[in-house]
Amino acid sequence: MLTKEQAADIFDRIRRFSSADEVEAIFTGSRFALTRFANNVIHQNVEDENSVVSIRTNFQGKTARATANQFDEESLRRAVAASENLARVQAPDPELLPMPTADEANSGNTFADKRVRATRFFDETAAITPADRAEVVRRIVSVADRNEMTTAGIYSSSESQEGIFNSRGLANWHHQTLAEISITMLADESSGWQKLNSPDVSNLDATRLAETAAQKAVESAHPREIAPGKYTVILEPAAALDIVGFMFWDYSGVAILDQRSFLNDRIGTQLFGENINISDDAAHPLQAGSPFDGEGMQRQRVQLVENGVVKRVVYARATAQKMRNSEYAGKAGLIEPTGHGFPLPNEVGEMPLNIVFGAPEKRQSVAEMIASTGRGVLVTRLWYIREIDPYEKIMTGMTRDGTFLVENGKVQCGVRNFRFNQSLISMLSNVEAMSAPVRACGEESFDMVVPAMKVNEFNFTEVTKF
Amino acid sequence: MKTVARQALDTASVRGVTYADARVVAIRNRSLTTKNGRVGHASESESLGIGVRVIAEGAWGFAASADLSRVAVEAAARRAIEIAKASARVKREDVRMAPEPAATAEWTTPYKVDPFATSVEQNLDLLLEVDAEMRAVGGVTLAEAGMNFQREESWFLSSEGSDIHQTKYSTGAGYTAYAFAGSEIQKRSYPNSFGGQWQNRGYELIEEMKLVENARRVAEEAVALHHADQCPEGTYTIILDGSQLGLQIHESIGHPIELDRVLGMEANFAGTSFLTLEKLGNLRYGSELVNVVADARQEHGPGLGTFAYDEEGVAAQSTPIITDGRFTGYLSSRETAHTIGAARSGGTLRAEGWNRLPMIRMTNVSILPGEKPLSLEQLIAATDDGIYMETNKSWSIDDKRYNFQFGCEIAWEIKHGKRVRMLKNPSYSGITTEFWNAMDAICSRDEWALWGTPNCGKGQPQQVVGTGHGASPARFRNIRVGSAYS
Repeated sequence: MLTKEQAADIFDRIRRFSSADEVEAIFTGSRFALTRFANNVIHQNVEDENSVVSIRTNFQGKTARATANQFDEESLRRAVAASENLARVQAPDPELLPMPTADEANSGNTFADKRVRATRFFDETAAITPADRAEVVRRIVSVADRNEMTTAGIYSSSESQEGIFNSRGLANWHHQTLAEISITMLADESSGWQKLNSPDVSNLDATRLAETAAQKAVESAHPREIAPGKYTVILEPAAALDIVGFMFWDYSGVAILDQRSFLNDRIGTQLFGENINISDDAAHPLQAGSPFDGEGMQRQRVQLVENGVVKRVVYARATAQKMRNSEYAGKAGLIEPTGHGFPLPNEVGEMPLNIVFGAPEKRQSVAEMIASTGRGVLVTRLWYIREIDPYEKIMTGMTRDGTFLVENGKVQCGVRNFRFNQSLISMLSNVEAMSAPVRACGEESFDMVVPAMKVNEFNFTEVTKF
Repeated sequence: MKTVARQALDTASVRGVTYADARVVAIRNRSLTTKNGRVGHASESESLGIGVRVIAEGAWGFAASADLSRVAVEAAARRAIEIAKASARVKREDVRMAPEPAATAEWTTPYKVDPFATSVEQNLDLLLEVDAEMRAVGGVTLAEAGMNFQREESWFLSSEGSDIHQTKYSTGAGYTAYAFAGSEIQKRSYPNSFGGQWQNRGYELIEEMKLVENARRVAEEAVALHHADQCPEGTYTIILDGSQLGLQIHESIGHPIELDRVLGMEANFAGTSFLTLEKLGNLRYGSELVNVVADARQEHGPGLGTFAYDEEGVAAQSTPIITDGRFTGYLSSRETAHTIGAARSGGTLRAEGWNRLPMIRMTNVSILPGEKPLSLEQLIAATDDGIYMETNKSWSIDDKRYNFQFGCEIAWEIKHGKRVRMLKNPSYSGITTEFWNAMDAICSRDEWALWGTPNCGKGQPQQVVGTGHGASPARFRNIRVGSAYS
């Protein structure tokens, strides 16, 4: 992978090759390895290393991007020329801003505290070998063998970097590691699942995850079919994450300007229950990722929802300027660049990607939620979630890998999986209890810091065959 | 590039390695979008690298590098062997590969107009013309259009002597008009949603799609949906347009027939399949009108799943998947063929790029058109009471591929053979085999089109590849409608 110094040298060459008014280069690179297992054997085992430079040129209101993964002179010249050719033929956009200076981009440096930076890169994670991963998989398989189950899953590790340079003097660089384990345990008629990731591999206990997944498969054996309908559900953190993640695309200034957000005409209103507090905070100790956005701007902490009231959305630089001059400015909350933009040019603007749910006043563990439930459904994982209605934010999807009937304060049995059609607005207005927020990861949405949630009136509409 | 691939194979020719292949892949992409009268994004990209796959000590290893220097390529090959040996620490039996004769071939997607030879101005002018047509309709609050081209050149060499050079072109374009009013966002897309229509062709596809000609109608429909009645809930006869039926095939036939899913290899992420091995040749999948093939050959058409050889050097084939309603075939690979008693792979191993491991993927999984002449309008005219649905809006299916629910952008109620009123927010749901057994009519060849699904995700790390789905409109009886809003 490239060092920051090597990237800076490449950027100097790119600047020399370009005749544009302004030039920006985003460098991304990773060494990524993943060991995949199924049927109690390793069946796929991969590693790749790649570095990419993405070059943006500006000519008086015209901008475009070209990307390459080779750094010889011919490849760089070709990428610069492609970016310039794409830019030059466009009509000028009067709202295109100059690239940010280093001072503008780095004001309010969210990672200035070295304790935050220290939560992102771990030598032990970067040093994981194929043999290390095989040993961890062997331990997971031994749990499966002990329970007479088959197991499938992954153990991945990566070291990655992200850097942005521009011709106005910006030079930001980020380096991080990530290790991830996902385990499915399959019994004859049931299954269980667990997944966790962290920049620090020492936070991952593969055996414990495997045993929890196996326990879920044991407890959901011989699943009963119960009728669909409205139930009290207890969503474990991964399930809560996967469904709520679909609404954050709408917490964007561009989504409001485009009138495609479910927050159109709703910012400042009591949309959710008073117990819902949500912020975006890249510097949170349980978060991962880069401190700067696609223009190099520092990601600021933004309180999106306070006591159930949607307070504001996030903004890239240009979006904030457009919003101030738009007919929606009076109903958009506080308008200022927040450091959440995607690399330019793009049509979606920005999005909060480091979501942190606020801790409830009275925390309840999942066990306590179960104990306080007369009749309900405990959900481990949700799957294949898609949007049905963009304004009421109705989502459909399935439960998967550990769905249980709770009666009289106890898990009674596994049940066949349900299809839900559920409004997120309604769901977050019906959260009866929450656990302490934890770092969680699913498959349908991005990682976030989120609690388990006990939700009333959750709408299951159909039941499947298993 | 062949020299680079040979360097990898030479390095992998050591004791303990029983098979190796190397793929050098060069990808070029152009992506353009417009939004509300302006360029949304304009970008080009290039990616070049090598992926090396080996079997050592009876287990798989794969390593990939963007650095094509001799030192880096040899290091990648050695790394693949090291990884394979680590895999061998957790194995039960050695990998078995179905035999395949070595192939030497050169192949390029047939095209009339190289899309990269067209100018960016020409591309953007077309998108902006479409954009202007959509925004000329009062009530449209957002107009988005996009166009994509890809050229993928690959050099595949194997330790068994294969030497295959392929160049694949794909082209896609489409647009969507949105209308927000009151408490509702409605949209209409053309020629399909989520990126439009895609095929393995040149720019001639764009020229044939009549993009400008349909823009105003589509925008008017988006606005008109605000005044349409809500699609009712209940049990109905439904007719699906070809593009929606293509996605129905993708989700409820294409994925469950992937043999790696059936064998549990995808259990942690994409899921497994209800199509367990004993069902081959025995399951009544659909009515006798249902005939489905997985066909990667050029003669099937220029689908996103069309090629000459798959990415382990197996020639493109046509596999009967459903024959007169009976389940007759899986998608297979050299590694999995023996599990269904096949002497040869079905030729469906594909990868997203140079740095991803090839895996079983759909090629072109298509339903064959009806043999008797039947147009969509004739099918509607022959339907006394039903709902015609068009263009996908949402899709979801469980991890064994039984229970599905689809939403469409627009529908029309049919009474006595005529469309009598527009309906908004249509959806339908069901169980896969019950649904396909409820098909009682399918339109003929002149209504059949090979639709492209450019965004099919599978695998860990997830890979996105394009698949093709030929379909013509079809009718289904006694289908549950409207539960998405129940």
